[in-house]
Amino acid sequence: MEILSKIHAGNLVRWARDRPEVVVLSADLTSSCEADQFRDAYPDRFFSMGVAEQNMLSFAAGLAREGKMPLIHTFAVFIYRRAYDQLAMSVAYANANVKMFGFLPGILTPGGATHQAIDDIALLRTLPNMTVLEVGDATEVESVLDVMAAVDGPVYVRMLRGQLPRLFAAEEPMRLDTPRVLSRGGDLTLVTSGVCTEEALRATTVLRSRGLGVEHLHVSTLKPCNSPIILEALAQPKYGVVSLENHLASGGLGSILAEKIADAGLGVRQIRLGLQDTFAHGASKPYLMREYGLDALALTRAVERLVGQPLHIREEELAAVRLEAVHSEHKVEAL
Amino acid sequence: MPHNDWTADVRRAAGQIRRRVLEHTLQHDGGYMSQACSSAEILATLYLKSMNLAAVGSPLMPRPFPGTPKAGNNGYFTGAEFNGRAEAHHDRFILSPAHYALVVYTALIEAGRMDPCGLDLFNQDGSSVEMIGAEHSPGCEVTCGSLGQALSQAAGIALARRLRGDTGRVWVFMSDGEFQIGQTWEALQAAAHHRLNNLVVVVDVNRQQCDGTVESVMTIEPLEKRIMAFGWDAARIDGHNPQALQSVTKALGRPIDARPLVVLCDTDPCRGLELLRRNAPRLHYLRFSSGADRQAYVQALEAL
Repeated sequence: MEILSKIHAGNLVRWARDRPEVVVLSADLTSSCEADQFRDAYPDRFFSMGVAEQNMLSFAAGLAREGKMPLIHTFAVFIYRRAYDQLAMSVAYANANVKMFGFLPGILTPGGATHQAIDDIALLRTLPNMTVLEVGDATEVESVLDVMAAVDGPVYVRMLRGQLPRLFAAEEPMRLDTPRVLSRGGDLTLVTSGVCTEEALRATTVLRSRGLGVEHLHVSTLKPCNSPIILEALAQPKYGVVSLENHLASGGLGSILAEKIADAGLGVRQIRLGLQDTFAHGASKPYLMREYGLDALALTRAVERLVGQPLHIREEELAAVRLEAVHSEHKVEAL
Repeated sequence: MPHNDWTADVRRAAGQIRRRVLEHTLQHDGGYMSQACSSAEILATLYLKSMNLAAVGSPLMPRPFPGTPKAGNNGYFTGAEFNGRAEAHHDRFILSPAHYALVVYTALIEAGRMDPCGLDLFNQDGSSVEMIGAEHSPGCEVTCGSLGQALSQAAGIALARRLRGDTGRVWVFMSDGEFQIGQTWEALQAAAHHRLNNLVVVVDVNRQQCDGTVESVMTIEPLEKRIMAFGWDAARIDGHNPQALQSVTKALGRPIDARPLVVLCDTDPCRGLELLRRNAPRLHYLRFSSGADRQAYVQALEAL
């Protein structure tokens, strides 16, 4: 599997070249959020706002009202926790064309509870006018810009930085409200998002070797979430549904699916994996994913509970799985 | 003395603003009366003299609530239409303390921008003429009932206008209580840092807020010094003197490296309605304590 580094930094510069309406706002985390190359390439379109996020959110709304497309770059927690009222009233209420890149989603940082955005989906998907996206690999980091820009209104992106795998073929960009179908099968439906999809791909390889048919969906649009692909996948499994997300198990992807199951009267059993009503703390990503049950091993244990029998999957077996970039089984159009 | 003509107009308009606001306060059995008493001359001066707004033709009638802004709501409008078309050389007006909405509505009537009958829709279900203004309300352009957010938005508008080469200014009307809000100071430092000298902030320093006097709730003084320390120019004037407000803001047309300007307007929250003074220090929202109390205000209205 290909591993790439600092994809957003260069990609943003290329993407913004012929889009003069695009400006970048940053709150003292410019390099940390890979906006430094944009700053250096287009100094007239980069505005340092200092460590003052409440002002930054409302200020961005003002720029958007005059036809600019402000791209806010900072850590996710400082967007939706620190400045929620400004996000709700200055940005979301006005349906302002403000695009927000929230870095460090979930437990992807040793920075601890203050830096870990574990409840952002829960808060933002209930906010009228808001679109919520989450990227899961290098291909999505590259293509989320086009998805975001095509939306008329505010967009919040759970963004990734640094070294990233290319899980999805480069020629299959992210599409709004279109999940990727990564494998097909009728025993259980697995729905994952963000960095958890890489973990899930390790698990599904082994689960298939145990004879289980897994319908695996990767979701990158959390709101709006109306694709018939999801509803069909929820309706069909023999044993039930498992969701895995880098977020609280409440309020995010798992809750979205639970609402769909209830609304459609599907009566399917579901196991929601994610942080179980707890804050986390500062440590490495592999440690935290193990500690809070967000990794491949936790997923296989959940599947054992769902099917009601032991599958005898060992940790070494999961770690040995070699991942290659996958093509979606579901082609929305000929590409 | 011809320059006195406009001040006489402003004073007449200010009197009408107080009269209409008292009328509606009686009609609705309560209202934001002291805000009208303190800011009547400020808003009348801004609308009749200081701001360079595009004309609206004949006075506009407020339209019904258009729904909230959202994709697909093609019939949506903002109350900025009462301030005239947003053209490059024209000024813009941003109301920050949204509970001053009735004072703005009445100022719009005095400026010939709103049909006086529009006030009959005040606080009526389904109308855009709401008690706490939102961006669909006459004269309003942003939604700022959650106080302290308008200055940041106006700064964003001012920056975008500068980038576009607009020559018009962005006026923001604020209340002094908003200087207790952290975001206000964040906005002040950002506007100074980015040299947004097309921004003018006019503050009604009436020293009143919901719980009582500002100094009893949370000290904000010395406001002038604090604002200047944040990189702005600050002027302090008598907010009931139209000439003073006009001369301090007329000096605009300022050099490109000038600091943005705050005009602190010291005001009396009972100006023009002495009866109100017996409610001090609870002046934020006028409620009538008895039939006799209400009757006293009816008589005061007749005297206005």
